[in-house]
This record gives sequence, C-alpha cells and structure tokens, in this order.
Amino acid sequence: MAVYRLKTPISEEEIRKLTVNDIIYINGALVTARDAAHKRALEFHRKGKKLPLNLEGLAIFHCGPIVKKIRDEWILVAAGPTTSARMDLYEADFIKNFKARVIVGKGGMGGKTTEGMKKTGAVYGAFTGGAAVLAARAVKKVKKVYWLDLGMPEALWILEVENFGPVIVAIDSYGKNLFEDNQKKVMKNLKTL
Amino acid sequence: MFDKVIETVAFKLIKLAVTELPRDVERALQQAYKEEESETGRTQLKAILENVELAKKYKIPMCQDTGIIIFYIKAGSKFKDLHKIEEALRDATIKATKEIPLRPNAVNPFTRKNTGNNTGRYIPFLNWEIVQGNGLELTVMPKGGGSENVSVLGMINPSQGIEGLKKFVIDSVIAAGAKPCPPIILGVAVGGGADIAIKLAKAALLKPLDQLNTDPKLAKLEKEIFNLVNSTGIGPMGLGGKTTALAVKLEFAHRHPASYPVAVVFQCWAARRASAHISANGEVEYLSHRVI
Ligand code: SF4
Repeated sequence: MAVYRLKTPISEEEIRKLTVNDIIYINGALVTARDAAHKRALEFHRKGKKLPLNLEGLAIFHCGPIVKKIRDEWILVAAGPTTSARMDLYEADFIKNFKARVIVGKGGMGGKTTEGMKKTGAVYGAFTGGAAVLAARAVKKVKKVYWLDLGMPEALWILEVENFGPVIVAIDSYGKNLFEDNQKKVMKNLKTL
Repeated sequence: MFDKVIETVAFKLIKLAVTELPRDVERALQQAYKEEESETGRTQLKAILENVELAKKYKIPMCQDTGIIIFYIKAGSKFKDLHKIEEALRDATIKATKEIPLRPNAVNPFTRKNTGNNTGRYIPFLNWEIVQGNGLELTVMPKGGGSENVSVLGMINPSQGIEGLKKFVIDSVIAAGAKPCPPIILGVAVGGGADIAIKLAKAALLKPLDQLNTDPKLAKLEKEIFNLVNSTGIGPMGLGGKTTALAVKLEFAHRHPASYPVAVVFQCWAARRASAHISANGEVEYLSHRVI
C-alpha cells in the first residue's frame, strides 16, 4: 500500500509501478467526463476529428460537477464521483485511443475495462463516494470547459488539481481488480454466514 | 403568524441536515474508523470524516447529491396553523435550493423536466402524525439517490419467518455492494403490507444510532443482523473491511397471516436528518444538532 503523488502528464512507466491498494494523489489536469462525453469522444475518433484537447497522460474523473459562473470565472461548488459502471461500455476504447492514464470514479468497473487497462497501461482509482467537499477543495482552478452543449454535468471540465485524493488504485495495469476480488471474498464469506 | 416561523425553522433544518451530520452518526463513523482493520477501508473512513469536518466548517453540502426532501411532521392536535404547514415547507425547500444551494433533484418522470427548485408533485414529501398538544415537531430527511436505488421490498414466505427475513436482508446488502456508498445504515421493517413496510423501514432511519431498540428481542435481532452484515466484508465503499453498516434499525407492524412483507431501506454514510420542536409560544428547540 504505497503512496504516490502523480503529476500530469503521467507516463505509462509511472502507471506500471502501481498495484491495487496503492494510494495516489493527483496533481495537474483532471478532466471530468461522463457517459455523453465518452460517447462523443469516441464518435470524434471514429470520424477522424480531433478532440478539443490532448488527453494523453491526463486523469479522467467520472463526475458531474456543480459549477457556478461568477462574473467571467467558473467556480466549482461540488465535485463528487459518480458511478463508474455506466462508463464500462466506452472506457477500454477511450483509454486505447486517447491514452488517458488514470480514471477516477466510484464503485469500480468491469472486466472489459480491466482488460483494456492491462493492454494500454492505465489504472482505475476509487475516490470516496459522496466526499464532494474533499474533492472540491483539491481543485485549485477551473481551467476550461468544452462541450458545454452536453449540459453542465456532462461537459468536459478541465480542472487544475493539487493533491487530489486519496484515490485508491482499484484496477491496476496487471489485470487486478480490487472490487471484483472483494466481491469474490464476499461471496465466499456468505457461505459461512 | 406561525407560517414564517415554520419556514425559517424548516430552512435551517435543511441547511443543518445537508452540512452537518447528526452527532450520533458522526460518533458512529469515528468509532468505525477506530475499529476498522482493513487499511484501504480506513482510508475511506478517514476521507469521509475529513469531508464531514470540511462541510461543517465551510457550511457547504457534505455530498453533491442533496437528495429528495422528505419531512416528518408531528403536529399537536391543537397547533394553530396546521393548514399552513405544507406551504411553509415548500417555500423553505425552494429557498434552501437557491441559497445553500441544493442540487435540483425533482424531475418529472415522463417529461424528464427538472423543476429546478426541488419541489414538484408530492415533493417535498410530507409524512404526518397527529399527536397530543399544541406544539409542532419537524424533521427533515434529504434522501440521496444512490442509497435509495438499492432499497427493496420482498414478499417472503411466512413459513420462512425470521430466518427468511435475515436472508433477505443479507442478500439485499450483497446485491447493493458498493452502490449505496457504505458504511450504510439499514432501516428494516416487517409486516403491515407493501407500502406500510417500506414507510416504516424509511422512518426507522430517523432513530438515533446509539439508542437500543426498546424491545429487547428486537434489539437482539438488530444486533444479529448488524453482525451478519458486517461479516460480509463489503467494507467502506465496497473496498473491503469489517465496516459495512453503522447500524441496523428494526420496525414492524402486525401482518396478514398470509403475508410477510420485508422492506430494506438503505441509507448511505451521508445520513442527513435534522429535527426541531416549535412550541405554541413560538419557541424553537433544535433536537438533532447543537445550534449556537
Ligand atoms: S449514496 Fe449518499 S454519499 Fe453516496 S453519492 Fe449518493 S447521497 Fe452521496
């Protein structure tokens, strides 16, 4: 259970050092993306269109934030993680095509994403569900927003973060999946209850 | 004249509820942090406690999902402005949504239109109870979606009895897994009928965690279910550990001989509730939180 402070852009080499149960703190650029943003990004890729920013080495946050515009500046009000399972459909292709290295959310992801992370070199990290204040405190600035036409929660918010965490590595780049392993343990425990 | 007082108190209760955990819940989380053996589990409890501290300090909602607003009202039969309570509570909800702010969570199921102010058809939901006297006791429970989504009702076979009840609860907890943001609090109710069991199970979540059930047999069963749930190993946020639940609260109604309804209502760690009592002379006493 080692602790790592990662700075974006994060390299594949740094990712390969991480194993499940490690704790990471993210510094640099954290980009929010939910279902709609994942879907559109993959459509862009299919059509050969460029994304509005280069995601290589960045961290993605499954989060629909509450953001307020005060004069010309966006202020983040709350930013807790949303359920990651919904992005299972897209994540493996997403990391393969755009090389984002850390995906943060809650509740874990499935086999297809785990396989994708092993191939591409990425990890999934769990951020404590509901801990919106803790998350928002680590955000120093809302740098930019793209795809606001998808709606506030679905847009790509580019957040500048400092020591964003604790994020628990729950899927590493070697095919270990903490949530699935724990689920198996639970099923085993169930038999003895 | 009372409607303004009710609105002011209800607004304050919503604000207290979403920014500050009741003392019993915070204490239970601290206790769990002390006792949790899984390192990863401990990181989650620590993050929750830190988050709770920050929310209280900066007076901002502890979770971005500020829930659907539910009120429990114990109205004295001689309370003066009974007919004005509902409107005052709606007004308080609208004001809270704008000023705190709360996330607008009232969506029309057919048109998907969000009213933007947390009020709508039957929302905020009001649970009424008429009691003796001339005062008014108000409780607010902002109920988040993540834990509500895994709440279930089962019509089990009456011949399975208590064993069936226990099995149903454990199966529900395992099916819910990490979804309701454990550690959870479980409201479990048996009997009555489908609607009655669900209502009682949700209301059971209002009981202080550190208060034992007044019926010793039920207190024992609560403890037994609590131990079972915590032996599953789901742990904080589903990452493993012995803290899956902070408490189990049981309630029951007599049942039809042929039915055995069991309701399990989940509450996440963000167990938001706040209560106050308004006396006939307009004096207000806050019951769940220390208010300076
Ligand atoms: S389940 Fe509770 S703590 Fe988790 S996101 Fe929903 S309201 Fe917040």
